[in-house]
Amino acid sequence: MELKIKYLLQIADNAMIIGHRLSEWCGHGPILEQDIAMTNIALDHLGLARNLYQYCARLEGGGKTEDDYPYKRDVRKWRNLLLCEQDNGDFGKTITRQFLYDTFNLQFLTALQDSHDEHLAAIAAKSLKETTYHLQYSGDWMIRLGDGTEESHDRIQKSVNDLWMYADESFLESEADRWALNEKIGVDLNALKLPTQNNRTEILKEATLQIPESGWTQQGGKEGKHSEQLGYILSDLQFLQRAYPNSVW
Amino acid sequence: MEAHLEKRFQDKIDQEIKIEPKDWMPEKYRKTLVRQISQHAHSEIVGMLPEGNWITRAPSLKRKLGLLAKVQDEAGHGLYLYAAAETLGVERADLVADLHSGKAKYSSIFNYPTMTWADIGAIGWLVDGAAIMNQVPLCRCSYGPYARAMVRVCKEESFHQRQGFEIMMTLCNGTTEQKEMAQDALNRWWWPSLMMFGPNDDESPNSKQSMAWKIKRFSNDDLRQKFVDVTVEQAKHLGINIPDPDLNWNEETQHYDFGEIDWEEFWNVVKGNGPCNKARLDARNKAHDEGAWVREAAVAYAEKKRKRKEKVA
Repeated sequence: MELKIKYLLQIADNAMIIGHRLSEWCGHGPILEQDIAMTNIALDHLGLARNLYQYCARLEGGGKTEDDYPYKRDVRKWRNLLLCEQDNGDFGKTITRQFLYDTFNLQFLTALQDSHDEHLAAIAAKSLKETTYHLQYSGDWMIRLGDGTEESHDRIQKSVNDLWMYADESFLESEADRWALNEKIGVDLNALKLPTQNNRTEILKEATLQIPESGWTQQGGKEGKHSEQLGYILSDLQFLQRAYPNSVW
Repeated sequence: MEAHLEKRFQDKIDQEIKIEPKDWMPEKYRKTLVRQISQHAHSEIVGMLPEGNWITRAPSLKRKLGLLAKVQDEAGHGLYLYAAAETLGVERADLVADLHSGKAKYSSIFNYPTMTWADIGAIGWLVDGAAIMNQVPLCRCSYGPYARAMVRVCKEESFHQRQGFEIMMTLCNGTTEQKEMAQDALNRWWWPSLMMFGPNDDESPNSKQSMAWKIKRFSNDDLRQKFVDVTVEQAKHLGINIPDPDLNWNEETQHYDFGEIDWEEFWNVVKGNGPCNKARLDARNKAHDEGAWVREAAVAYAEKKRKRKEKVA
């Protein structure tokens, strides 16, 4: 059970944290239409996180609620990828982060639909539809910014270079990943690597962007080893629950 | 000729026939609508800021999703109100530029700060509540595109108002600290909410013409009274107190009497001296300026794509 919860939290925490990051844009987007679109995507991610946290609470029982997971765990208990917690930066950095995540997530959810856990498979199928749109959005913007003006090209190339070290953490197997694969609940991450990378290459090429040489991959998120950024996210996210414990909101 | 057109125009209005974008209309009618609709759109957009302030700190998943969706609705309202204004021959970019330069106004209520979570409840309950009172009659406004936009806006606003009231209810049923938080929010938002209906009728010179044109259906004071009557009962239900010692039920008028609004504060905030006027405009300008390269890139890419297409063809 413990490993199953860990596995579900890996997926839920990715959605929660990347959704939270996107929600920071609400009201501050470069143009109204993009403000609305980014908020839509944030809502999708947060909705997925909520479904999964509810599932965790149901499995664990003992009075746990969906809010216990996002609002009452400290940094070391979070299992999201480091990519998801990276700050928004400018619009281009946000788009790059989303693009790297979406390309992975599309393959991941496609495979997760075949999970022998029917509930998880159903959640994956629902989210996959949304993720197809997310990738269309982030991919289109990669191309627009890469092949737009000189300034946009330089900015987005810098973001690609800066975030590249977080791009492949998703393929590194944690103990929970290995367990879930073995139990036919999870996904073979190795099998996702090639299609994800091909998808990225294709879009980056169309965007006239250089693909950075693959170097060191930052890792640790799935095991609770995070960047310094996650603590600040949690200090916002958990403020009220911490300041007024045991209250109903 | 002009007099004849004007008579036909007024006849239509009197018969409750909607005025549509291509119909003849007096220049002043057009200008009044451009001002009103664009101010309304700006209010939706600036209104995203005080509530958006709490998106990352909302206390539960349910509240976070609810608030995020609500603020997004406001962006949507802004979008179709700008579109309604554009049917009158103006450009959204120009209207937005007027907002950013400080030339155009927006609802002063958004120049107050959201300090605690209860402010999110109070805004939904009181500010959206007051907005609905103002906006429901606009669904019957004589100008077709505005009236139709308002039908959709009102549906969503009434959902927001219920959501706000429910946040207040949860706080009032909660711990002592939560109830205090709710009372404090009511204390701070009550009077600015009453100010949302605008100056007293005898101080509102444009109202008469707007009523004749059926842009406006009820006077500021009538709408304000209706709001007070409804909201006092809701506050009783919540078990918190309206911060007005002069509030009394009047058997004769069958309405609540209430205290004098501090009009000095009202005009002061309108003139730009509210606690957050500068912060709100700075935030809008920052988003716009920092987004310039993105908008330029989108235009440049579209242009490149068009040229490539032409080449192929």
